[in-house]
Amino acid sequence: MKFWPSIGRLRWGWFLLGAAVMLLWPVFFDTHTPTILLVWALFALSLGLMWGYAGLLSFGHTAYFGLGAYVYAISVVNIGESTVPLLLAILIPAIVAAIIGAMMFYGRISDVYMGVITLVVSLILFKFMSATAGDQYAIGDARLGGFNGIPGFAVLNVPGLPDVSLFGVPMYYVAAVALLGCYLISRWLLARSFGRVLVGIRENEARCELLGYSVPAYKTAIFSISAAMAGLAGCLFANWAEIVTPSVFSLRSAAEVIIWVIVGGLGTLVGPILGAIVLGMLKLLLSEQTVIDNSLILGFILVVVVLAIPRGVVPALQGWFGKRTRIRTQRAVHVRARRRVAAPAPGRTS
Amino acid sequence: MSEAVVETIELTKRFGGVTAVDRVNFRLGERELRCLIGPNGAGKSTFFKCLTGQYPLDHGSGRILIRGNDVGGLRPHHIVRMGVGIKTQVPSVMNGLTVMENLWLAARRTHGWDRCGSEVQRVVDEVGLGDIARRTVGELAHGQRQMVEIGIVLAQEPWLVLLDEPAAGITGAEVERLVNLIGQINKTASVIVVDHDMEFVRMLGADITVFYQGAVLTEGHVDDVLADARVREVYIGNRA
Repeated sequence: MKFWPSIGRLRWGWFLLGAAVMLLWPVFFDTHTPTILLVWALFALSLGLMWGYAGLLSFGHTAYFGLGAYVYAISVVNIGESTVPLLLAILIPAIVAAIIGAMMFYGRISDVYMGVITLVVSLILFKFMSATAGDQYAIGDARLGGFNGIPGFAVLNVPGLPDVSLFGVPMYYVAAVALLGCYLISRWLLARSFGRVLVGIRENEARCELLGYSVPAYKTAIFSISAAMAGLAGCLFANWAEIVTPSVFSLRSAAEVIIWVIVGGLGTLVGPILGAIVLGMLKLLLSEQTVIDNSLILGFILVVVVLAIPRGVVPALQGWFGKRTRIRTQRAVHVRARRRVAAPAPGRTS
Repeated sequence: MSEAVVETIELTKRFGGVTAVDRVNFRLGERELRCLIGPNGAGKSTFFKCLTGQYPLDHGSGRILIRGNDVGGLRPHHIVRMGVGIKTQVPSVMNGLTVMENLWLAARRTHGWDRCGSEVQRVVDEVGLGDIARRTVGELAHGQRQMVEIGIVLAQEPWLVLLDEPAAGITGAEVERLVNLIGQINKTASVIVVDHDMEFVRMLGADITVFYQGAVLTEGHVDDVLADARVREVYIGNRA
């Protein structure tokens, strides 16, 4: 049984098309806005992987996004060269998530309680980082800067070459490679036993335990992997914005990523990516006007989507195309059957 | 006397002031088929959940030995990993997945990646799930989901099978198939069946343990137990 319909499979044609569009984009268009859209897409992918396939909703996934941003900024100020800070920005959110996840999942905390705990962690980080304005709040040479955050740190450089910075188009390609790489890693995980067990846990945790799977271990693992991806997205965000402030932990950011995932479609990897790109673009466009608060419009879109297509846009489209394909296949079978009946058998004469 | 596959010693389970299982001593031998019966509230399902680790044991509340290992403090997944297959009272299946996906997850715990496909096919054939193999479990009728859950248990190739009300909600023809299936399972595994359905229990023709008010009332072959006046009084109400 190679194919699991409940998980889906990597469609190489679509993947290569998306990669080609990303590759050629800078030839024709500006990359500043697309870079942040790719970063948000990566952040949404990290939540979509955990929520859509393991059924774990983190209301405060910005905790790991923000940690990635802060860890990068603090460590690059102290180290100078960006390779180690980049790795730390992935590793430290993963470790923090593993510790918090283990406490939650081995403590049998799930559902709404998990949502509350993750949200509280994010808000604690927001409050704490906002209150670090004094000179005494410094890690090595990096002053945390309170509400003003940490500005002016070195952006990513070519590994081993601190003088060759990656900004502008190279930064765009770094974000694109990160997104495509994390997408492929997610697909690979889902195609393995690990991913299939996660889907089983989403469907019936008690049954998975009665099959002999250690449910808390699986949940902790995917929580940590998802946090690593969110940390990478946070690191790239810090490089794009060239400043990190406590707003990366804010309630607004935490809500936005949930809306992107829901609208794009739970239970798919492409859905959260497209949700983040389309709604992120809309958010940027709306921020240029002052007539109406853009969160009201995003909220309205969420309500409409949840009422009209509760599964999200991408699963709804997949269902629609799948239905059309099945109807076409059935018609083709009927036509062939009719032709066989109508045509005389070879060698027979009437 | 050969080593017991399952043995409980003075097993007790309390919920606040209520004693649901009261100092039960129970023994199941190799390749033995045993039915646990009793009226509602007799404690048989609580006893079952203690065996499977779904209810943790309190300190000093007796012991549960599976093949001589004390499993009193273990979580269900640890007990299952010893080679125990468990079917719960309410069908516990993965409703959003297909029948084959459910069976694959069960087979994967005990078999390598390459063998899972053939194991799934074996179980599909053995339980007779061919017609519904590619359907989503949530779309199936209650009886079909019962059979899927038994398939899940079989895919694990356990040496001890615990079935809680396997005949609940299934039709006459399916009951016959289930009886045959349990007979097949019993050729390679010890089996405990908890059920209310006396006709089903008679068809199994196995030894019976009767629970009443949390304790074991009597044990013996189905014909002897059902002829016991005490059993008729507490369980059948003199109607059988």
